[in-house]
Amino acid sequence: MTKRASGWRLSGAVGERHSDRPSTPERAPKNRAFPSAAAPYAWLLAFFLAPLVVSLAISLTHAVDGVPPYSDPLDWRALNLDNYRSILGDNLYALALWNSVRIAATTSLLSLALGYPMAYAMALEPPRRQKLLLMAIILPFFTSSLIRTFAMINLLKETGLINQALASLGLIDPTHPPSLLYTDAAVRIGMVYNYLPFMVLPLYANLVKIDWSLAEAARDLGAPPWKAFFHIVLPLSWPGILSGLLLVFIPACGEYVVPTLLGGQNYVMLGTQLANEFFQNRDWPTASAVAILLLAILVAPLLLLQALARRLKAAS
Amino acid sequence: MSGRGIFRRSALALGLAFLYAPLALVVVYSFTASKLATVWAGFSTRWYLELASDEALLGAAWLSLKLAFVSASLALALGALAGYALARFPRFFGRPLFAGLVFAPLAMPEIVMAISLLLLFVNLGDFLGWPSQRGFWTLVIAHVSFTLSFVAVIVAGRLADFDRSIEEAALDLGASPLETFFVITLPVIAPALAAGWLLAFSLSLDDVVTSQFVSAPGATPLPVVVLGSVKLGVSPKINALGALAIALVSMATFAAYLWQRRREGNQRSGVNS
Repeated sequence: MTKRASGWRLSGAVGERHSDRPSTPERAPKNRAFPSAAAPYAWLLAFFLAPLVVSLAISLTHAVDGVPPYSDPLDWRALNLDNYRSILGDNLYALALWNSVRIAATTSLLSLALGYPMAYAMALEPPRRQKLLLMAIILPFFTSSLIRTFAMINLLKETGLINQALASLGLIDPTHPPSLLYTDAAVRIGMVYNYLPFMVLPLYANLVKIDWSLAEAARDLGAPPWKAFFHIVLPLSWPGILSGLLLVFIPACGEYVVPTLLGGQNYVMLGTQLANEFFQNRDWPTASAVAILLLAILVAPLLLLQALARRLKAAS
Repeated sequence: MSGRGIFRRSALALGLAFLYAPLALVVVYSFTASKLATVWAGFSTRWYLELASDEALLGAAWLSLKLAFVSASLALALGALAGYALARFPRFFGRPLFAGLVFAPLAMPEIVMAISLLLLFVNLGDFLGWPSQRGFWTLVIAHVSFTLSFVAVIVAGRLADFDRSIEEAALDLGASPLETFFVITLPVIAPALAAGWLLAFSLSLDDVVTSQFVSAPGATPLPVVVLGSVKLGVSPKINALGALAIALVSMATFAAYLWQRRREGNQRSGVNS
């Protein structure tokens, strides 16, 4: 997991509040953006878009023994979709895809179940304490994901702290401790642990802005608390829930560090499979094809996130 | 506070305990005298001493710090420009693509960017002769590419909240655009610039996935070295390293919190007086 996906700031961060201002021609002609946009634009074209195009091209070549280990991508006639065909026909990749989607989905839902009550409680605290709590949520997210995953190994391994605690309570046999590490559950716990802030932050940003007087009014008019919650607060927090789910789901699909360390050698997800093809098998074309497929799978959720950000921006 | 308030707060406390307990245990067990990472055998600072004498780790840490400093500074410059362009120019040629390019890295799985950048470097090396091999500068380029978007979004957000009529007043009163920028705009966005730089610095310092793809044997940042050693098995030395990282991040976050509080306090008293 990385902090990179913290695009919760997407929601309405880039305002165009002043676009409706009548702009005099000499103050805002169209090319005024050039001095500020040119350098980052060029950078992103060269080091973000171009790399994706190169990957797409390499994914159409085939692996060879040599440096670099793929056939010439400029040889048009040799390019084909064989890598994609073999990936789509491979049971290992079917398992990797299934694991990725399944783990990413359960991670997002578990994070929501744990994160929603947290965000809800935060939004109802006095403003000064909210700031402190916000810091408390962000802090673990600033410590490296590697350290956090390592902390999970400490807890989950056979001689780890959870088993030690269970053994001292007499709940398990200390000579044959059950293995918690290298299981599905370990990967899921590690993922939720890593991604929880991504869920809490957009939920909180949404909940703190909703009109709580509506819920109060419902209660004043005699609605029981649960009814006020389900009819007023929950519908109003949908945008936060949806962006939280997407912000966890999208990076979780491509996660590499957590399944590598907590799932063990044989745990396959798309991210670990990509790294395997690349580092162990030195099959760079197949690895690029996996990367392109991963993007293709995530296009729908990514577009949904973008549309959501735009709607939130329009609403605010 | 009602019974529901207690219920709410215990949910929050539970969540925070889940976030903090594993980190606290890393700190506690970094002081064990045992050779095993999760066995308590009395207090000792031996793992910190071993850490201090591990040349490979120290070299990697130094490289990581240099890398984070250089790439955060470059990302700050490029990201601030991008944020300015996005916040100030609602329409210009190629803006939709530009906005897409700025936002996409925020939501994309990192491993996709990592392999793409590596393939780009390999191809550039083949066709242009540069980079002939991967090392410090390929790491810088890769880190800038994924951190500049964060800076851009933070700066653009700050500019969107900022009342532009103050700038226009300065221009109307005869200040040059450059003067206006340095006297009005820059002080207003300064906190966003600081936050953006710090975020970029910490993202770069922690990055494993991208670094693993674009680094070379001679230039391996700390997280890549740590990942390699954790794969082989956990050691109390990594606990000690983790504890140091946690201490550093806590101090920085707490300082930022105090600074923000003081700033707000000043602003409030400024309004009242």
